Amino acid sequence: MAMLTVENLEVYYGVIKALKGISFEVREGEVIALIGANGAGKTTILHTVTGLLPAKSGSISFCGEELTKTPAHKIVSMGMAHVPEGRRIFQELTVLDNLKLGAFTRRDKEEINESLEKVYQRFERLKERKSQIAGTLSGGEQQMLALGRALMSRPKIILMDEPSMGLSPLYVSEIFHIIQEISQAGTTVLLVEQNAKKALSIADRAYVLETGKIVLSGDAKELMKDDSVKKAYLGEG
Amino acid sequence: MKKVITKRNIMVALLVIAVYAALFFLVNMKVLNRHYRSLLAPVGINVILAVSLNLTVGFLGELNLGHGGFMSIGAYAGCLFTIYTDLPLAIQFPLALIIGGAVAAIFGILIGIPALRLQGDYLAIVTLAFGEIVRSVLTNMKVTGGAGGLKGIGKSTNYTIVYIVAIITILIISNLVKSRHGRGICSIRDNIIASESLGVNVIFHKLLAFVVAAFFAGMAGVLYGQNLGILKPDAFDFNKSIEILVMVVLGGMGNLTGSVIAAVVITLLPEILRGFSDYRMLAYAIVLITMMIWNANPRFAMVKNNVYSWLHRKRGNAR
Ligand SMILES: Nc1ncnc2c1ncn2[C@@H]1O[C@H](COP(=O)(O)OP(=O)(O)OP(=O)(O)O)[C@@H](O)[C@H]1O
Ligand SMILES: [Mg+2]
Repeated sequence: MAMLTVENLEVYYGVIKALKGISFEVREGEVIALIGANGAGKTTILHTVTGLLPAKSGSISFCGEELTKTPAHKIVSMGMAHVPEGRRIFQELTVLDNLKLGAFTRRDKEEINESLEKVYQRFERLKERKSQIAGTLSGGEQQMLALGRALMSRPKIILMDEPSMGLSPLYVSEIFHIIQEISQAGTTVLLVEQNAKKALSIADRAYVLETGKIVLSGDAKELMKDDSVKKAYLGEG
Repeated sequence: MKKVITKRNIMVALLVIAVYAALFFLVNMKVLNRHYRSLLAPVGINVILAVSLNLTVGFLGELNLGHGGFMSIGAYAGCLFTIYTDLPLAIQFPLALIIGGAVAAIFGILIGIPALRLQGDYLAIVTLAFGEIVRSVLTNMKVTGGAGGLKGIGKSTNYTIVYIVAIITILIISNLVKSRHGRGICSIRDNIIASESLGVNVIFHKLLAFVVAAFFAGMAGVLYGQNLGILKPDAFDFNKSIEILVMVVLGGMGNLTGSVIAAVVITLLPEILRGFSDYRMLAYAIVLITMMIWNANPRFAMVKNNVYSWLHRKRGNAR
């Protein structure tokens, strides 16, 4: 059964139609990649699914519940975490405060501490720097923090918006490695990426987005061989 | 369970007692003359005002230019209550404080719900208008005594009571900002999209900070009326709101200790430097502009960041 199903989603910015009837689904345990050029509407999709933007029409169902009328703060407690584009960590707060805010919708202190330990295990650097003001972390560390913060809500599904943006090749590989680990630990992943090659290499399935419409979808390994994908997104052929 | 008896809490309690003992000594040994003794209550009242305004301006990051308006609403509500009821003082006075705070909080909810839904500087405009409207309504109403002021308020407070209320205010607000809800409030100031996407109910937390601040401003107003024995609408004009804002900005946004110190200094300074009071508003303007330029200066921001992370690291190690 699909964990997240989006059907005929339409979203407007004023009079501009940014999403022109998007449908896709994410099944439990999958890693789904969403690729597309700048301005295709990837961020808009994630913002609408997480309740930050209103949908004009269409439906979004998550674990059997309709999300289009659910406020953002409730969606998080249903088990959906969002790593927004450009990291958006809390620059003026400490690393620890950032992580605690990731668990904002949870109440049990002991369980939160357990999650904190897990995040520290995965990102040792965050532990060393827990009292540091987050704005002074390096770009790569900030991305780690954004990921760790999202994990603090113990999500069923995690939506990531260009986690590799602006990172050096070494860090990019590390981030993708971590995404795979997160997936293996049982969290479903919806991944938006510019780095199509890397994204397709770790994804099960993928959707290709062009100016607000899905133009191609299928098995990630198959899409890697597709000529149009090669040309437009992999810089080959 | 959180431990209540920690080293830090004991230190704070000792400090609170020591400061009070010092005040008690200064007052009763007649070290302070009458003039200075009469300043003690206003200092405490301004501490309450500055600490509570810091919650909205410093921690939440929304500009409130009508704190004086909330103060006056609370003052009139609480003092009218004491005039028109005939209860034993031990019951009447705390009730008046709570009524003053509650009425101010209700007005906070009424103007906060529409204004805080919008992003941008709407709250500044709305609170500015609110303060002026409150003043002109109070000037024109009969029950409030109009421009002549509300007279016949029993003077039932003194520096001890103000001191206690100020300590309670500081305790409640400093605990609030350290709590889970407080983290939510600070996260809104820092990055509203991120806090929304993490499940912080942005409107609720904005309202929480704003209304709690209004509540304490209302209580401060009651203390003010009970201390002076008379209330005049003009005492709570725009200048009063700006004066409180200057305390917050000077003491540091999001820095409660700073607010306390700035409130003490700014209340006492005009009294110590006679003749300064003529230039008070001019000096406030200069302070505000200087602080704004300073804060916008990247080099200053860097220095500030370094100091903060150094402080945090120190505190982190101590733990
Ligand atoms: N707040 C906004 N107001 C008006 N138009 C917007 C707004 N945000 C996005 N758009 C437009 O909607 C379209 C889709 O934007 P979106 O941010 O979803 O693209 P994207 O696929 O995430 O691109 P990128 O890869 O560059 O991040 C773009 O044409 C963009 O200009
Ligand atoms: Mg985007």
